[in-house]
Amino acid sequence: MTAPATAPDGDGGGTDVVLAFRDVDKTFRSGNRTVPALRGASLEVRRGRVTGLIGPDGAGKTTLMRITAGLLVPDAGTVTVLGMDAARDSLAVQAALGYMPQRFGLYEDLTVQENLDLYARLQGVSDADRAPRYAELTRMTGLGAFTARLAGHLSGGMKQKLGLACTLVRPPRLLLLDEPTVGVDPVSRRELWAIVYRLVREQGMSVLLSTAYLDEAERCDDVILIHEGRVFGHGPPQRFTEPMGGRTYAVSVPEAMKKRTLQERLADAPGVVDAVIQGEHVRLVLQEGEVPEAGRLLPGLDGIAIEPVAPRFEDSFIATLHEGAGEAAPARSAAPIAAAAPGADGTVIAVHGLQRRFGDFYAVRNLSFDVHRGEVFGLLGANGAGKSTTFRMLCGLLPPSGGELRVAGVDLRTAAAEARARIGYMSQKFSLYGNLSVGENLAFFASAYGLRGRRRRERIDWALAGFELAAVRAAPSGELPLGFKQRLALACALMHEPQILFLDEPTSGVDPLARRAFWRRINTLAEAGVTVLVTTHFMEEAEYCDRLVIMAAGEILALGTPREIKARAHAAGHAEPTMEDAFIRLIEAHERAAEAAA
Amino acid sequence: MNTTMHARGGAAMRLGGLVRKEFLQILRDPSSIAIAFLLPVVLLLIFGYGVSLDAKHVPIAVVVDQPGADTASFTGAFYHSRYFTPHPLPDMAAATHALMAGRVEAIVRLRSDFARQLRGNRGAPIQLIVNGVDANSARLIQGYVDGVWIGWLAQRARSAGQVLDIPVQLEQRVWFNSELRSRNYLVPGLIAVIMTLIGALLTAMVVAREWERGTMEALLVTPVAMREILLGKLIPYFLLGMGGMGLSVGMAVWLFQVPLRGSVTVLFACAALFLLAALGMGLLISIVARNQFVAGQAAIITTFLPAFILSGFVFDIGSMPQVVQWITHIVAARYFVFILQTVFLAGDLWHIILPNALALILMAAFFLGLARRRARKRLE
Repeated sequence: MTAPATAPDGDGGGTDVVLAFRDVDKTFRSGNRTVPALRGASLEVRRGRVTGLIGPDGAGKTTLMRITAGLLVPDAGTVTVLGMDAARDSLAVQAALGYMPQRFGLYEDLTVQENLDLYARLQGVSDADRAPRYAELTRMTGLGAFTARLAGHLSGGMKQKLGLACTLVRPPRLLLLDEPTVGVDPVSRRELWAIVYRLVREQGMSVLLSTAYLDEAERCDDVILIHEGRVFGHGPPQRFTEPMGGRTYAVSVPEAMKKRTLQERLADAPGVVDAVIQGEHVRLVLQEGEVPEAGRLLPGLDGIAIEPVAPRFEDSFIATLHEGAGEAAPARSAAPIAAAAPGADGTVIAVHGLQRRFGDFYAVRNLSFDVHRGEVFGLLGANGAGKSTTFRMLCGLLPPSGGELRVAGVDLRTAAAEARARIGYMSQKFSLYGNLSVGENLAFFASAYGLRGRRRRERIDWALAGFELAAVRAAPSGELPLGFKQRLALACALMHEPQILFLDEPTSGVDPLARRAFWRRINTLAEAGVTVLVTTHFMEEAEYCDRLVIMAAGEILALGTPREIKARAHAAGHAEPTMEDAFIRLIEAHERAAEAAA
Repeated sequence: MNTTMHARGGAAMRLGGLVRKEFLQILRDPSSIAIAFLLPVVLLLIFGYGVSLDAKHVPIAVVVDQPGADTASFTGAFYHSRYFTPHPLPDMAAATHALMAGRVEAIVRLRSDFARQLRGNRGAPIQLIVNGVDANSARLIQGYVDGVWIGWLAQRARSAGQVLDIPVQLEQRVWFNSELRSRNYLVPGLIAVIMTLIGALLTAMVVAREWERGTMEALLVTPVAMREILLGKLIPYFLLGMGGMGLSVGMAVWLFQVPLRGSVTVLFACAALFLLAALGMGLLISIVARNQFVAGQAAIITTFLPAFILSGFVFDIGSMPQVVQWITHIVAARYFVFILQTVFLAGDLWHIILPNALALILMAAFFLGLARRRARKRLE
């Protein structure tokens, strides 16, 4: 599976290869450390196809894009773009390709039209050509009504489309899109894919698109799988999923058993490569040649149903990582658990009519929900939906403008400090001191929470053992891989054995294996009675929650168990709608209602 | 692919687009406006009205141990001087207290035998105690007291029908700034500081902002050439800097009544040279520092502070230690401040303007050339 789809036979020369990497190495220096970004990468992108560059964050996707665009020079190997050498003829290469960097490269204090004008001039589009081209682009992207708006005032999805329009103002022969779907709501993601396919089908453009969303692989004509700077596989998505045939199953048990418990047991069962919650069952990936036998997988359980299901890209990715990289399955977390929290009536967080205003703008309005002890409760929504604002109010970092808010039985308006002693918070950026070692970070957070003497030593030892950090105790935390940082941040947040744990986008930027290990720890915590609140924009992670709310524009669109929320999408004719389908339907219904009201 | 799009605009179109974009950004960004227009006006007002290095109406304590006709005429001379506001105090204890409390800057004491000794051979001693914390002012006060005293002696001699018998007489004339107004040289010098703000600080910050926001990366992957990107920054901030120059000169001449004895053409030509050097430093900083905080710090430390401290704008270079004097030679503002003070207060003195202008040309060429060499269409 590691061989390229097409045999490497002579570059350019009339073939339909628009981009070729041959044994490309690239290393970055940071201080006195060297970080390899690409290691012997070889790949080809073919004309008139959508090629997906797929891999977790830090895999080397952006480096590969930048080398293609002539912004970086490889240490070794050759890169041929449209028959030209990317390093030597970078100006000619740049004149022939379109490149949309992450964050879209827009001037936020310029209007939509001014951004288009700038890029039209830079791309040398003549005055006469501009009007028809603008008309075409605004029709394609739906930006026509917003040409006088400042780019900074557009929504994430609109910015993404404007970035794309600016890149396309002169039709490029090869279009490079670096993570165009990150931080963009699912509706806009679908629209972007539609636009990309129109460009390819109608104009014969070639597209290289990078993404960290594994489910987007199945939308590509070709896939390049990249991990830790190495190309792991190359070819149409079916080439990846086919070898997985007969190894993927859906396991379900009677209602009484929690899905999370089932997943835990399956993940530890012999011959299992991967076990994740998917809808109402647990998706199982077995090692090659393993037979799904209920008695062997789940001894002592009755009423188990094991159905074969079609393999998907993520299964093969996980399997490749396990087999190819020889990585061990995520170890079962060593119950890093706090003493059970004393709950009165079981309600740990009570929110009623919560509001937060910034000037005239309501970031959060009329929010009401309860969270029970030991529950994993999710806040789901696109960027700007009000998740972070809600979170900050719950943690006592931001006073609400109105409404009631009780956390751990304490009114946050009067006793925020008291409540804070009972909560642990892990932010998206992990909030670690990068130049302190792992041990020093733990010691600092222990003292910050007022632990001392023997208890402090115990908690630090607990963190080092339970989170597998002992080996890196003396390493500066800033230089650790992201997965380690995430574990350390979680350990720091749990230092004082909080009753409630707040996790703000805890898994963004972490590779799928580390994400699985992380969620197993969270499950263990919840089993032990810790209440967990989590925000995420990964739709599939919503399945790990006991209950969740879906937010948009500061309001709750839906509240319930994953099953209840997905049930709303049934009407659309999906046999088994995913959380993403449900999310899109809710957003669309909300927008229609808003339009009707306006 | 749309094959009708052949007519490609050239460098002029790309440059035009970049310059237009920059101006739109300047107009929409309050912090650019603040650095380009608000800060210069505030600095000019502070230095024009607030800061004065002149000693005028200095409060002094006058202690006369035994009042008489002589002491009255001597202290009278202080009352008539515009440099002093005398406060008669009964004894040294009160005067010392007033000096300690900062109510007076100096004490002039006439002993009880002042009148008797004045008529003696050896003359009468006057005790002068000056608050020396601010050495500059202390020296000024000392000088003014000397002046008052000599003046009083001369007048006393004239009224007695004699000529004051001092073998060597000092006939003072102050040239160029005959009123000794510190404003007259502070305000022109300030122009160098203001243009450093716009040329180096603002330019370094806006380029760093493009790196931070990821727009530079998008720019680099267009057919635009690196020199066009640099020119696209150079032209708008050059115009902005010259605007700041015009504003400062206007305020200096019309609001603060600073004489402009040289020609406006020479002034603006030299300003253009200095601005190019400042822009070169700003661009160089922005190539190395890719976030606004670092760029701002670097610009302040390497350009703004030297323009303030080492340019001779406030502090006289001639009285700096030798090593520091050598260092001032690599501060572009030094040459420009010298030109400014010369053109404003003395006129077009070519033997001063030309060597300093040449130094500015060399520095501009050096920094712009280095910026051009170091700037690559790469991210490394």
